[in-house]
Amino acid sequence: MTAAAAVRSNDSLRLRGRSFMAFVLAPALPITEWLAQFDKWCRNSPNFFAGKPIILDLAGVTLARPEIAELITLLAARGVRIMGLEGAQPDQISPPLPPLLQGGRELPAMTSDGGALRPKEPNSLLIETPIRSGQSIAFPAGDVIVLGSVSSGAEIVAGGSIHVYGALRGRAMAGSTGNTRARIFCSRNEAELVSIDGYYRTAEQMDAHLRGRPTQCRLQDRVLSIAALE
Amino acid sequence: MAKVLVVTSGKGGVGKTTSTAALGAALAQAGQKVAVIDFDVGLRNLDLVMGAERRVVFDLINVVQGVARLSQALIRDKRLETLWLLPASQTRDKDALTEAGIASIIREMRGKFDWIICDSPAGIERGATLAMRFADAAVIVTNPEVSSVRDSDRIIGLLDSKTEKAEKGERIDKHILITRFDPNRATRGEMLRIEDVLEILSTPLLGVIPESEEVLRASNIGSPVTLNNAASAPARAYFDAASRLRGEDIPVTIYSERKRFLEKLFGRAA
Repeated sequence: MTAAAAVRSNDSLRLRGRSFMAFVLAPALPITEWLAQFDKWCRNSPNFFAGKPIILDLAGVTLARPEIAELITLLAARGVRIMGLEGAQPDQISPPLPPLLQGGRELPAMTSDGGALRPKEPNSLLIETPIRSGQSIAFPAGDVIVLGSVSSGAEIVAGGSIHVYGALRGRAMAGSTGNTRARIFCSRNEAELVSIDGYYRTAEQMDAHLRGRPTQCRLQDRVLSIAALE
Repeated sequence: MAKVLVVTSGKGGVGKTTSTAALGAALAQAGQKVAVIDFDVGLRNLDLVMGAERRVVFDLINVVQGVARLSQALIRDKRLETLWLLPASQTRDKDALTEAGIASIIREMRGKFDWIICDSPAGIERGATLAMRFADAAVIVTNPEVSSVRDSDRIIGLLDSKTEKAEKGERIDKHILITRFDPNRATRGEMLRIEDVLEILSTPLLGVIPESEEVLRASNIGSPVTLNNAASAPARAYFDAASRLRGEDIPVTIYSERKRFLEKLFGRAA
């Protein structure tokens, strides 16, 4: 899984990071034995891999470049489409081999019958100290909750919503991974900039009567709206 | 064991060096054994403010590089037996400071003094980060104006992340010292109020030093203000701050100079 911050400026293209879930197949040595076992398993769940993007984790095996290519061909013959590689030496991987992926995060293991995933744990980051000028908190995985204040010159980037129980004096960027439903709450709005999914508003563009008050920011029809929370 | 105190601010010109000298002298006047170290390599001033500039032989960099021993570089104050100065080098730059060198100097000094006060240079570069690196406590000098407060906030963030104590997961004691405070201008809204500064920085107050000619007068003759005129308003404020550093619980007083008769009649001269 990968995630990156949304990048946007007024006159340039929009680039977004997005997270997807993929299965990771980890072959073991000797490969012929592992393939035989794989074939046996596939006979029980014939269409399991149909149309699914699969990552090949090579950390557990040592394969040369031609062997990796051979393995991908063998898997393709079994209807397994490899979209990326993990755990291989970067110098071994170049086109036409699939790209090397990094920074994947583990999800709860799936049962081999393809049973439903366990519900995802709610993801939030709780910060109990004030966020000082110059500090930057980036949490693409979910909500950020700040009990203290966010100082002028500090910034928070969250994949989800941002909740500030003190004064928000710095920059808050919610929904950075393309989440248009993210919101920003603060008990005192003195923000330098607020942004949701790349739509932003600076202090100068905010209504003066909202300054210093508890506010909520959200995206409505691609317009960032800021309203008092009272 | 000495307590290592860093006097820092981020912004320049807010009164770090003046406050280092005044607090160092005030602690020494109370009988504590104090060493003040100038970390502003290349732009040293603490020697001038302490009136020791004509007695500098070796400096901090010489000790870091092993050219001189610590005992050769420390200068004892002429007025106070228990006050010592370790001057900075004026001819070198901050790259000559090494973390290992500073660590060994501080380690050696810890056994010999009650207080080691590190006068940080402005900014957040090498000199400033090394000055705070081994501190147990910090005095953040702030003027009641927005740019100074924001820089102080940045420094507090660094104190909580880049010091040795912070990296070990311990907390460093932080105190705000508001300097150049003018109560009249604060009431007129021309200056941030003390409550506003403390609210933004959410850090306890060590003291409020009033704006005063006495401060400039003292540094011009090379004397900490607490020594030069102990009865003046800024000196009394520094004495209170020094007592609070030693753990005494005394209420914060905003001292003001008694106005002379003519000033009372005509107000402030323009």
